[in-house]
Amino acid sequence: MELSFNLSWIDYLIMLVYFGFVLGIGWTLKRYMKSSTDFLEAGRSIPAWITGLAFIATNLGALEVIGMAASGAKYGMATVHFYWVGAIPAMIFLAIFMMPFYYGSKARSVPEYLKLRFDEKTRGFNAFSFAVMTIFASGISMYALAMLMETLLGWDFNFSLLVSAVIVLVYVYLGGLTSAIYNEVLQFFLIVIGFAPLVILGLINIGGWEGLQESLVEVAVRNGYEGGAWSHSWKYMGSTGSNPMGVEWMGIIVGLGFVLSFGYWCTNFLVVQRAMAADSMAGARKIPLIGAGPKMFLPFLVIIPGMIAIALTTMPEAGFELPLKGNSYDYDKVIPVLLIHYFPTGMLGLGLTALMASFMSGMAGNVTAFNTVWTYDIYQSYINSNKSDKHYLRVAQLTTIFGVLVSIAAAYMARMFNNVMDFLQLIFAFINAPLFATFLLGMFWKRSTGHGAFFGLISGTLAASIHHGITAPAGAETLVKGGWMGTVVHTYPSEMAQNFWTAIYAFTAALVLTIIISLATRQKKSDEDMKGLVYSLTPRIREEGIVWYNRPVPLSILIGIMAIILSIIFW
Amino acid sequence: MGLDIKIPIGLLFTILGLLLAIYGLATSGDAELYRRSLDINVNLWTGLAMLAFGVFMLATSKLTSKKEE
Repeated sequence: MELSFNLSWIDYLIMLVYFGFVLGIGWTLKRYMKSSTDFLEAGRSIPAWITGLAFIATNLGALEVIGMAASGAKYGMATVHFYWVGAIPAMIFLAIFMMPFYYGSKARSVPEYLKLRFDEKTRGFNAFSFAVMTIFASGISMYALAMLMETLLGWDFNFSLLVSAVIVLVYVYLGGLTSAIYNEVLQFFLIVIGFAPLVILGLINIGGWEGLQESLVEVAVRNGYEGGAWSHSWKYMGSTGSNPMGVEWMGIIVGLGFVLSFGYWCTNFLVVQRAMAADSMAGARKIPLIGAGPKMFLPFLVIIPGMIAIALTTMPEAGFELPLKGNSYDYDKVIPVLLIHYFPTGMLGLGLTALMASFMSGMAGNVTAFNTVWTYDIYQSYINSNKSDKHYLRVAQLTTIFGVLVSIAAAYMARMFNNVMDFLQLIFAFINAPLFATFLLGMFWKRSTGHGAFFGLISGTLAASIHHGITAPAGAETLVKGGWMGTVVHTYPSEMAQNFWTAIYAFTAALVLTIIISLATRQKKSDEDMKGLVYSLTPRIREEGIVWYNRPVPLSILIGIMAIILSIIFW
Repeated sequence: MGLDIKIPIGLLFTILGLLLAIYGLATSGDAELYRRSLDINVNLWTGLAMLAFGVFMLATSKLTSKKEE
């Protein structure tokens, strides 16, 4: 199939209307931006259903949409573990156990919580690594989007990069976090309506769910696995050799489910910031749960297209071809190629708009999180404290411009030196992996100290890099993939398995060392200092008189049961 | 916050829904155009779905603002 398509006036019109609306929302909100709290924390006044959707929309960036579809094609149904084992339990944990401390402590950011609970150096380490990481993340996703537009539509790389960056810049500059959150909700609905017809058309084409499974048997056999390896989530997780992911249930549950997902959803300010913008404690705790509802069903929107794409390769009569990269499929092109394959003029415009919407929600999330951490945790703490709030509002606005400019630079860097980006992402993975241990101990063990947290975090990062240095995934060719210390003592069946185990080792090292160092050092914070920050020193939240569907525990049980039912259906 | 997010979402979906549905109706005889979408007029159907959602959003936003008054 040649990638023939025609973008006509209707497609461009749809994109323009969408651009008009996102900018319009920013413009309307401009007059409400009176203080740094309005700009950076959305005035802590947004209703829960809005932030709940923003909570998952900001994670539904272009890299996730493209990446999840790619995994769906590459690994099949097992990709759902990122949702049902990964995200959902972590979101429940955040709502029930962690939100009371984030929201109740009046900290304005995740690093600030670390300062209140531990000390300045722990905050500084987290704030700086997070700031650099978010800016590079937004640069990498800008690069990815502009590359797609260039290879598929022939749009100029610079043009799509600048247009998308400027639009995000303008609406965040005008309306701050509120504008980002409101637009994320709008973008969420657009992503759903833009991609759902793709799934429906694909399923019709391939003969429904049964047809899809039959074709996937052929895919599995062709790759040397048992017939169901692409269409089951758990059944082939008994050993690393029986599924294309190269992981077993232990790596999934502990590595992905516990360490990586809890680390991401519970400590990453990018998502936690949305929940902190709630108008009340009850709202803040409900937000991750409101997000978890739709989140559970996102696999049908983002993973199934990948499975359809790989299944279509067994049906030459469908006239669909997945582009090649070297001698394997270029999985990252699944979504755009499907869009072009199935969508006629009109719908194609909407599909591309949805893709851009997902990119913008991800990028705006990075920019707003960067703004807050930079303004409060770096600028106000280390560069210029004790200024008026007007001053910090101005700084926050200028930081938006600065952040977007650095992202653009990072995008060009990604274009010039691909390896530098791989390398940076690796470093961030090392820094992130142990973070959950620090928070877990900080929130539930009042004896853990500042020195314990800081050096525990550093040793967790070291453990991650050493583990990565002495292991490698099968078939690794560059040192970025592992084994950079020269000797490889263990070879994992896949890169994913290696990542899971790197996280497990990092977490364990951080946990053990934080405990040992804490016991050896003096606790400088008094019980009074830690009130509202540690579980045992915080008064229980009373929820008598709140109807059950507004209480986090019953809601969590409901969501947990639904996720288990889904896992059983797609066993 | 002074802005009800349902209004811009409702407006955007109504406008895009109308655009797509009308375009779908106008091109409904174009078999060549809809061959790639398996002879289904996705423009029309998606447009109608968006329109319905947009109108629903606008209707509920109006209702809530009446209650507050």
